[in-house]
Amino acid sequence: MPDSLQITAASPDPALLDLPWHVPLEDWPQDVLAALPRGISRHVVRFVKLSGRVIAVKEIGETVAYREYELLRALSRLDVPSVEPVGVINGRRSPDGERLEAVLITKHLQFSLPYRALFSTALQPHTTGRLIDALAVLLVRLHLTGFYWGDVSLSNTLFRRDAETFAAYLVDAETGDLHERLSDGQRAYDLEVARVNIIGELMDLEAGELLEEDVDTIAIGGRLVERYQELWDALTESESFDTGERWRVAARIEHLNELGFDVGELDITTDVDGTTVSIRPKVVDAGHHSRRLMRLTGLDVEENQARRLLNDLDAYRAHADRQGEDEEFAAHDWLTTVFEPAVRAVPRELRGKLEPAQMFHEMLDHRWFVSREQGRDVPMAEAVRSYVDTVLQHRPDEKAVLGVDTAVIPRISDL
Amino acid sequence: MATVTYDKASRIYPGTERPAVDALDLEIADGEFLVLVGPSGCGKSTSLRMLAGLEDVNSGRILIGDRDVTDVQPKDRDIAMVFQNYALYPHMSVADNMGFALKIAGTPKADIRKRVEEAAKILDLTEYLDRKPKALSGGQRQRVAMGRAIVRQPQVFLMDEPLSNLDAKLRVQTRTQIASLQRRLGVTTVYVTHDQTEALTMGDRIAVLKDGVLQQVGTPRDMYDTPANVFVAGFIGSPAMNIGSFQVSEGAAQLGQTRIPLERDVIAAIKPEDKGHITIGFRPEALDVVTQANEGAIPIKVVLVEELGSDAFVYGELAGAGAAAKDIHSGAGDAQIIVRVDPRQVPMKGDTIWVAVRPGERHVFSSASGARITV
Repeated sequence: MPDSLQITAASPDPALLDLPWHVPLEDWPQDVLAALPRGISRHVVRFVKLSGRVIAVKEIGETVAYREYELLRALSRLDVPSVEPVGVINGRRSPDGERLEAVLITKHLQFSLPYRALFSTALQPHTTGRLIDALAVLLVRLHLTGFYWGDVSLSNTLFRRDAETFAAYLVDAETGDLHERLSDGQRAYDLEVARVNIIGELMDLEAGELLEEDVDTIAIGGRLVERYQELWDALTESESFDTGERWRVAARIEHLNELGFDVGELDITTDVDGTTVSIRPKVVDAGHHSRRLMRLTGLDVEENQARRLLNDLDAYRAHADRQGEDEEFAAHDWLTTVFEPAVRAVPRELRGKLEPAQMFHEMLDHRWFVSREQGRDVPMAEAVRSYVDTVLQHRPDEKAVLGVDTAVIPRISDL
Repeated sequence: MATVTYDKASRIYPGTERPAVDALDLEIADGEFLVLVGPSGCGKSTSLRMLAGLEDVNSGRILIGDRDVTDVQPKDRDIAMVFQNYALYPHMSVADNMGFALKIAGTPKADIRKRVEEAAKILDLTEYLDRKPKALSGGQRQRVAMGRAIVRQPQVFLMDEPLSNLDAKLRVQTRTQIASLQRRLGVTTVYVTHDQTEALTMGDRIAVLKDGVLQQVGTPRDMYDTPANVFVAGFIGSPAMNIGSFQVSEGAAQLGQTRIPLERDVIAAIKPEDKGHITIGFRPEALDVVTQANEGAIPIKVVLVEELGSDAFVYGELAGAGAAAKDIHSGAGDAQIIVRVDPRQVPMKGDTIWVAVRPGERHVFSSASGARITV
């Protein structure tokens, strides 16, 4: 057992050393905390200010801490939406020599929202469904990379706004495992755990009168299973057709693009006499639109935000009559003359309310809305001013929503 | 409640040659607490996950009761993975926290209440059923989470290293609670751990695995008194058994100056492939401090003395054996002999003491196969 503090981190921030590691997390002084202790977790978790950012610190057994750290690192490398690990701190002792539990540190995901925060603010009617859809996409992506979660739930997930929808991120990998390939049993178990947990979490909101009255919690849990199954089949099923129907290869790829996936590799086999072809996607990567937008503009945004921005870029090209020229040139001009001026027009103090891409998406919505109201084409600059004054001002700050009011659930060690 | 049967069940991961679990044959009785134990990579967790339906079974079968579940979906196997998930819902009553999975499954309300009440009685939670989790102490909240698994009345409980997250002190407390709860409920339980002490203290029976192969299954007493091979001998027991490789000549096992007479049956059991050698094991607590004159006395040079109050352990090495000293070592892998001595008469560091194995407490194994030679 080491007697000195051990820090394992890919790129350690020296400021980490200034935090009171000799104090149990539960008793950390308020001045280092970024938010009051909250959140439904079986471990003690605190959000802490560090070098102008926020980190999440979780007290957890040493072996489990290292394991989760490595798993989160592996998930980041695989490009799966998950929180980014900062490091593990081990060998903590109180001033009188008592051993303290190791901690796992992760970066707080900016502009992410815990599901309870979404339910405690004014809720749009379809939010629940959209959260479930986002979670289904995340679960399929995790399963495609061979990650078995073990404890899928809304509380182990964070949500970021993604245009009209949400993008889901994995927060807790404690029970997870990375495999070469998942068995059907592992996928089925994960899905069943997810269904039961989600229904439980929604029943809890119902009991707390945070859910609209006529919501069928069991049906929503079922929706996850359906969405997951649909997406999994679309991404992995093999499809056979006549040799004469080769257009179906292109159609399949297009369909997957529509769903937001790129096909990295496609298995194509023909039968012996060459009359039927069967295809099965072998490697699919999520983020079709966000990758395209990244390539064109360098903007790193969520998938549906990218769709929206790409649509606006297309409209810009059509409007400027530049469809014949290289897409990259037009994209660069759109970025510098449309996107950036719009986002920069937002006063600095309001920029913490939403991510730039999400703001731009809402500005486009707003312009459409005021144009229709006024019966004329409202220019972007004017629409942005109106958006800031009438919409953005009144939005809550979402850059760092850190937990919501729920009981801290004790670890098994509190027995 | 039900029995669990592994019938030559194997799991081979794609791209690997050696099975992660190799033709496992194991029968677990109704209501039994069976512990799967072994070093990392031995196949214990894979075996548990095969039973849970999380790992494919490549050959053989798995049965719960008389039902072949080899190809049954995890959720239809009527098992509960305990401790996997135990977040409590703050707005729901304790009763609802325990029973919500039954509500999802469409169980009639009256049945849910009945089962929840039964579980609450076992868990000492009856008077809290209509309160919120917030009103409970830490230990009570934990029991609510246990109650969730209990009300489902599964045929089998599965636990995969549930205590690995705890520090040593809490691990001891919690393992006693789990063991006593299991006995009260009488539900067949399969428990995985890498910790042999946990296995010895919790299990009705223990199954030791190594490299995907079942080494031995038996009661804690069986495993301790009659280990089936050198691996089990070295793995079970703390501190570990001392194990030495001896040369056999003139009816005795020899190493350095030590000469231990062997029974005729033992000598008869030595095969050509053993090349005139035999492996002898003796536990630290199976040794008496004797004088040099004793037949079979083993000289040990004291390197370290560990005094624990009730016990004292000498860590030493075989004296006067030269290079052969490394042929005798602790089953834990270190090149040392461990002797439990009278805590009121401890030798000094640097002393040489002579010890003899108490009659009947010697274990002999084939040098070639490692299998126990029954005397």
